[in-house]
Amino acid sequence: MSPKTLYDKIWDAHVAHEADDGTCLLYIDRHLVHEVTSPQAFEGLRMAGRPVRAPEKTIAVPDHNVPTTADRVNGIENPESRIQVEALDKNAKDFGIHYYPVNDVRQGIVHIVGPEQGWTLPGMTVVCGDSHTATHGAFGALAHGIGTSEVEHVLATQTLIQKKSKNMKVEITGKLQPGVTAKDITLAVIGETGTAGGTGYVIEYCGEAIRDLSMEGRMTVCNMAIEGGARAGLIAPDETTFEYVKGRPHAPKGAQWEAALTWWKTLFTDEDAHFDKVITLRGEDIAPVVTWGTSPEDVLPITATVPQPEDFEGGKVEAARRSIEYMGLEAGQKLSDVEIDTVFIGSCTNGRIEDLRAAAEILKGKKIKDGMRAMVVPGSGLVRAQAEEEGLAEIFKEAGFEWRLAGCSMCLAMNPDQLQPGERCAATSNRNFEGRQGRGGRTHLLSPAMAAAAAITGRLTDVRELM
Amino acid sequence: MEKFDKVHGVAAPMPLINIDTDMIIPKVHLKTIKRSGLGVVLFDEMRYHDHGGENEDFVLNKPAYRQTEILVAGDNFGCGSSREHAPWAIKDFGIKVVISTSFADIFFNNCFKNGILPIVVEEEHHAILMDDAHKGENARMTVHLEDQQITTSDGVVIEFDIDPHRKHCLLNGLDDIGLTMEKDHHIDKFEDHASQARPWV
Repeated sequence: MSPKTLYDKIWDAHVAHEADDGTCLLYIDRHLVHEVTSPQAFEGLRMAGRPVRAPEKTIAVPDHNVPTTADRVNGIENPESRIQVEALDKNAKDFGIHYYPVNDVRQGIVHIVGPEQGWTLPGMTVVCGDSHTATHGAFGALAHGIGTSEVEHVLATQTLIQKKSKNMKVEITGKLQPGVTAKDITLAVIGETGTAGGTGYVIEYCGEAIRDLSMEGRMTVCNMAIEGGARAGLIAPDETTFEYVKGRPHAPKGAQWEAALTWWKTLFTDEDAHFDKVITLRGEDIAPVVTWGTSPEDVLPITATVPQPEDFEGGKVEAARRSIEYMGLEAGQKLSDVEIDTVFIGSCTNGRIEDLRAAAEILKGKKIKDGMRAMVVPGSGLVRAQAEEEGLAEIFKEAGFEWRLAGCSMCLAMNPDQLQPGERCAATSNRNFEGRQGRGGRTHLLSPAMAAAAAITGRLTDVRELM
Repeated sequence: MEKFDKVHGVAAPMPLINIDTDMIIPKVHLKTIKRSGLGVVLFDEMRYHDHGGENEDFVLNKPAYRQTEILVAGDNFGCGSSREHAPWAIKDFGIKVVISTSFADIFFNNCFKNGILPIVVEEEHHAILMDDAHKGENARMTVHLEDQQITTSDGVVIEFDIDPHRKHCLLNGLDDIGLTMEKDHHIDKFEDHASQARPWV
């Protein structure tokens, strides 16, 4: 048998039908659903009189629209947001799918809830009407975002019409330097490949620096695979993975656990398997990074300066000029001189317990700069509870951070957590697009520790100075 | 779904690279539970001023491009969020074809589900089409799906590739779910097999 990549193995285990031209029906093991990209899909099912084929494999949770202030227990004020969340309440009930409503302690960002509850397991196919579904690839699951028509397709048939992507290997060798995190790895990779560099590929991340990461860190890395254009990001499961999964509410138990483990241990790339593209970075070379522009590929070490548009080639010259103008920066300006007024810690990229620990470590015993608006939005109600138990919430509050309830919040600003025009935010989220965090708002992406450092000094800051 | 055959219409140039789906339709317009009516907010933040009113410098607001049916866009069009509201807004505006040197994966898939034809062309051809699109409304481009050809206003013919299955579905206006349900027995068979092999799923 010819050697296979991890992606090949998971793909092969899920092909329900293959047409002569290579178009496949790929069986989906887990379908995650949220309130923004699903109402039209459920409406489509109703109009065609179709049921959900596998409600037991379908999990819904509202996250994009939900307010994160304590008063949300009294209902959602914005009428449009309320309608979307109520539609999900009703659709979950009518179609009999698993559901974590807004006021359930297990509610949170769909990509944090799935792994936390043990819905996401190695070797699975996982989809969701959300591009950051790539997160689940951290478990060695083939996970990717889909559009609403495909959400309807999966609800109706539990399959997707797919053609296989190409294989890409991203290897991070060696050890990371102090102050460098999973977020810096994933941003550095996008800086290297560009936002279209992964288009047409599924990425497998490997190497010592990846192996050394916790599951939380691996989820951060895979989460942003989509920002590099890849369909999905994967990391082969190992003891770290099994340890995380074991005992979760929906993880297999007893004899089933043993059977699962036996299969999971076969999920790795065979020696000599073929990759269509290979990128290698040395872990030691990765510095704490920030973004300066309006594309996630606009990444530089915090010690660098804003580039000159002329440093680029082709269409990127104009794009860089536009970005620098939108961001209110000047070419040649030191990134560590850029003053910020808002800090956002949270999102499916960096809203897990380890992220909050890293930020709290920097903030302990310190205060945020006067006038700074800083908020922590835990990724789920359970992350929030754990952070309170560990005393992290107190550290954030004493430093001057707002301590919020779980949701997507200011990552995409569909709820009331938004930037005003011209405001500048150090954000642990995943996109720095124009207007992403609010019309006219300016976003610098960075790690939770870097965000904490920026909150203290009031400017983009090399976290190593505060360690 | 409507059948896709041939488009003969105005092509608008948007050379900016990395146009993301947040630019195509910002999140404030994702709160709808319908698919229709989003054309008016297509490219919202570029198309309208902060205080309201149209930005007359934006290409689709120029008199020559108000009836645009073909968009010639910069590289990596449609990157970012998976929101299908982006192709819904494009379709609702009246755009039926988007041409670029590359598209983001999810956006590319979403187009086909909505009867929009995304075409990938080589850089050299892209430059010719971008030039043609800059000529305004008197210069109409033709996109012929059956023949897989784009014809510029001055008669230059550029051929393009398309996946045969997708071409077939667009030409015939076929609904994916209906097609897949015809293969229901394969899915049943797979589920039987998988429930033995991986009972914990």
